[in-house]
Amino acid sequence: MSSVRVLVGTRKGAFVLSSDEKRERWDVGGPYFTGWEIYHVKGSPVDPNRLYASQSSGWFGQMIQRSDDGGKTWEPVGNEFTYEGVPGTHQWYDGTQRPWKFTRVWHLEPSLTDHDTVYAGVEDAALFRSTDAGKTWQELAGLREHPSGPNWQPGAGGMCLHTILLDPSNSDRMFIAISAAGAFRSDDAGKTWRPINRGLKSEQIPDPNAEVGHCVHRIAMHPSRPDVLFMQKHWDVMRSDDGGNSWHEVSGNLPTDFGFPIDIHAHEPETIYVVPIKSDSEHIPPDGKLRVYRSRTGGNEWEALTKGLPQRDCYVNVLRDAMAVDSLDSCGVYFGTTGGQVYASADAGDNWSPIVRDLPPVLSVEVQTLS
Amino acid sequence: MIRVVLPAHLRTLARVSGEVELDVAGEPTQSSVLAAVEDRFPVLRGTIRDHVTQKRRPFVRFFACGQDLSHEPADAALPDAVATGSEPFLIVGAMAGG
Repeated sequence: MSSVRVLVGTRKGAFVLSSDEKRERWDVGGPYFTGWEIYHVKGSPVDPNRLYASQSSGWFGQMIQRSDDGGKTWEPVGNEFTYEGVPGTHQWYDGTQRPWKFTRVWHLEPSLTDHDTVYAGVEDAALFRSTDAGKTWQELAGLREHPSGPNWQPGAGGMCLHTILLDPSNSDRMFIAISAAGAFRSDDAGKTWRPINRGLKSEQIPDPNAEVGHCVHRIAMHPSRPDVLFMQKHWDVMRSDDGGNSWHEVSGNLPTDFGFPIDIHAHEPETIYVVPIKSDSEHIPPDGKLRVYRSRTGGNEWEALTKGLPQRDCYVNVLRDAMAVDSLDSCGVYFGTTGGQVYASADAGDNWSPIVRDLPPVLSVEVQTLS
Repeated sequence: MIRVVLPAHLRTLARVSGEVELDVAGEPTQSSVLAAVEDRFPVLRGTIRDHVTQKRRPFVRFFACGQDLSHEPADAALPDAVATGSEPFLIVGAMAGG
C-alpha cells in the first residue's frame, strides 16, 4: 500500500505528517528543531528516506540538517555558505549598492539522480550545490556574477533565491527565481545563466521590458513537460510554453492575481492551482474566504475550490513554498497557512480538510508519495 | 580548565547538557576559547561567530564575572576567575524578541 509523508517547515520547527493512501488519518511527528525557523524540508526523489532541512535562527545563523531514515532522526551537516571570490554589490532599497551577505537558505532542491547532491537557494540571492550530502557547499557563482547582478534588489522579504527547478529531461537545464530580480535559466548545469523575463510586466518598474527587477513569487513545472512553466508573480499569473523565453498572462477570471504559491496536478499538466491573496499590502484572502483556485485549462479559466476551507473570517496567508501535490492516482493537494493550518485534499482540490490546525506559521510544505 | 556555558539551542546542537570544560593553551581570550569550543564541537562553527569574519554574531553575547564582555577585543585576556575555572564563560543568546 502506498503512503504519503508531508514535510512541513514552520517558524518554530519542522513537522512530519504521515498517512496511508486514503489520506484520512494522520500521524503528526515533531516538532523537530523546536524554536528554529525551518524554511524548507525536502526529500530526495532517488532515496525518499534522505531528507534535507534548512534550519535557521536570527541568533545562531544557518544549519542544514539531514535525515537518512525519513525524518525519524537528523544529523547537522555543513552550514558554511561562502560566496566565491569577492562577492561584489547589489542594489539596496534606497538605490545604493550593498555587499552580498549570506543570511539563510530558503529552498533546498535534491538532485533528481543522486541522493548526495542537493542545491540550495539562499538570501542574498545565490545558488549553492553540495555533492557530499550537505557536508560542504560550493557556489554556482555564474548566477550571482551575471552582469545584471548589481541591479538586483531585495523584495520585502529579502533578496531570496526561492525556486529551483531541475529539468528531468535535460540534466544541463535548470531554472531559478529570485525576489525581486526575476527568473533565470541555465543550459549548462549552472555555469552560466540568462534572465528569462520577457513578457513579464511589472507596473512598479518604469521600463516595461526590463531584463531584471521582476518580483517572481514562484514557478512550477510539470515533469512531463519541462518547457511549460507557470509563474505566480507578485501581480499576475503567467505561463511560458518555451522554457521561459517568453511569458504571457493567464490570470483570467481570478478575483485577484496577487499570491504566492503555484502548483500543478501530478497527472494533468494543464491543471494548476493558486491561492489568490487580496493585495501586496494586505496579504489576506479576499473577503475573509480562503479559496484555492484551480484551472483545468492551463490558466485563464479558474474555479474556486472552497469545500472544507473557511469561508468567513479567515485572514491567513499561504507562502510561496507552502503548497505541494502527491502523485497518488487521485492527486492530493496540500497547503499550509500562516495561521498554522495544513489543509489536504485527496481529490485534486474538490474537498479539503485540515490535517493539523495549530502549528506555528507554516513556511513550507512538501509531499513525498511512498510506495 | 575553562568552563563554558552554552545557550540551550547550541547545547542541543552539540548534544551536551550542562557546562562544557575545555583546555585552552596559554592565556585564554575570547578568540582562543571560542576556537576551543569549535574544535570540540565542529557543529557550532558559524553559530557563535561568522564563518568568514570570525566576528561575534549580533545576537550572541559573552558574559563572565558579572560583566558583559561582548564588546571587548577578541584577543583581550579573559578575567582571571575564568582562566582559573572558578567562574564560567557564558555564551548567551540575546533577549531580542521572538
